Amino acid sequence: MKLTLRRRQILWAYTFLAVSLVFFVVIRWYPTILAFNISFRDWNVFQNSGPWIGLQNYQDIWDDLFKQRSAVRAAFFNTFRYVIIGVPVQLMLGLMVAMLLNSIVRAAGFFRAAYFIPYVTSLVAVAFVWNWLYAPQSGLINQILLALGLPMQGFTKSPQQALYSITAVAIWASLGFTIIIFLAGLQQIPDIYYEAAQIDGAGRWQMFWRITLPLLNPVIVYLSVLQTIAFLRMFDLVRNMSDQGQGGPLNSSTTVVLEVYKEGFGSYNMGYAAALTVLLFFVILLITIFQLRVLQRRVEY
Amino acid sequence: MTIAESEAERLIRLSEQVVTAPSHRRARVSWLTALVYLLLSLGAVVMIVPFVWMVLTSFKPGTELIDFAFLPKNPTLENYRLVLTTSSFGRWYLNSLFVATVSTLTVAFFDSLVGYTFNKFEFPGKTIIFLGILATLMIPTEMLIIPWYNMSVQLGWHQGAMQYWGIVFPGVITAVGIFLMRQFFDGVPNELLDAARIDGMNEFGIFWRIAMPLVKPAVAALCIFNFIGNWNAYLWPLIIASSRQFYTLPVGLSFFRGESTTQWEKIMTGASLATIPLLIVFILFQRQIIKGIALTGIKG
Repeated sequence: MKLTLRRRQILWAYTFLAVSLVFFVVIRWYPTILAFNISFRDWNVFQNSGPWIGLQNYQDIWDDLFKQRSAVRAAFFNTFRYVIIGVPVQLMLGLMVAMLLNSIVRAAGFFRAAYFIPYVTSLVAVAFVWNWLYAPQSGLINQILLALGLPMQGFTKSPQQALYSITAVAIWASLGFTIIIFLAGLQQIPDIYYEAAQIDGAGRWQMFWRITLPLLNPVIVYLSVLQTIAFLRMFDLVRNMSDQGQGGPLNSSTTVVLEVYKEGFGSYNMGYAAALTVLLFFVILLITIFQLRVLQRRVEY
Repeated sequence: MTIAESEAERLIRLSEQVVTAPSHRRARVSWLTALVYLLLSLGAVVMIVPFVWMVLTSFKPGTELIDFAFLPKNPTLENYRLVLTTSSFGRWYLNSLFVATVSTLTVAFFDSLVGYTFNKFEFPGKTIIFLGILATLMIPTEMLIIPWYNMSVQLGWHQGAMQYWGIVFPGVITAVGIFLMRQFFDGVPNELLDAARIDGMNEFGIFWRIAMPLVKPAVAALCIFNFIGNWNAYLWPLIIASSRQFYTLPVGLSFFRGESTTQWEKIMTGASLATIPLLIVFILFQRQIIKGIALTGIKG
């Protein structure tokens, strides 16, 4: 009787899992292998095949990295810039606002919601709202600059400013998320630490450096990894904020994922595009492993 | 924290704190409080003004844009009428609604079922299968779009009405949701399930009528995130939806720009139309959304 009951349970378990198992094998695992396979071929999507060319696509990417005018070269450098500017600024602003929010009682709900709204909005809509704010001449920001007697700026139309203008919007759009995670982290820190520090005569600044920051360490690692991955995958904003969605002007705002889109679905250069995504995958994998290792070392206070 | 407290309970308690007012520690000097409110208000202005500007622009006749007045002088609904009648906006709306609803329903059902199975059943291969599902979280969507497109072309999912399925299929089940639901079923006592077994209820009935009602808040959170995520999804629908009638709202909006270059009042009307439903969802479910974010750090 016991054995049959156990057998029945196993049967039920597999019945419940069946559809999902098929899904994960066919829609996740098989395409992952296919992506690697395509990256080694001169793939033709309409013939569903292509000759094996070994590492040629990777070699082409490598060569493009040294060509001055190559969009892919620009994409790699720009993506790196998006990450190294976007992540620290996002985290610093997020922590600042979270600490401010954590110190108030009245209207806390209102402020939390206000900072969070852009996060639930479509990035395409966000892109257009900011295109309008950034617009040359008639845009709100240039009108304000004009009223203040300052020179008007090109923003996304200027090769020098496009990347920074888009980074600012990316930070604006996901700041709410960072704030909420920091808030959750701040509220996990027991009050007694601050009370004890106060008795010992510690100032606010000292409390921040000696208590808040070290205890937030796991949250900071978690957020920096998550945000690094998000900035590495920049697409929606760049596609909708740069000239004709091509990552311009002069490739100044293009990203790796935008180049994947342009190569793969504009020129149907699927093998090359797949090779780009495989590289992206390894970068993300390394960052994830780094996060797991750092978080496992976490010390309990 | 007590040892008996489960991980899920701990997470719920912590996320609850995010939406309730913080407990107050030290009495603050009032000018400092004033400064805090001032800074927060300045920040809030930067967060909200773009949306206000978007909505205000959508009510302005095109000729008023160069006047640079904050409020519309002759507010009009003409832009809305034009956008809704002359473009396919209405259709895109329905497409987004359909696609987001279908994937939310399948995710709610399958993610719960699989999460439940991993939590409540013992079977050979359990760990391997679970890790196999979890590992897919490390694979970025960007790497899958080319193979997915390739598969879709072979199967004809990029043409005609099959485009709906083409847009939806990558997201009918999610690893994040399975992982989340597995944790939440911890809160359902095994004794309750055993009692139902003794009463002769079948396993699916136990899952559907006993366990599911007990995790309703978690399923609701999962649904909200999924809906928002799918409503806003851009890269994959952009690739797979090849004909205009099958665009989702973000895809339609991004092509809409090309059609009404520099007609900012029309573009802002489109952006408002795309944003307003989500703002309503957000205002209605604000607490659950923020709690959910604090709980899992996921977005769709």
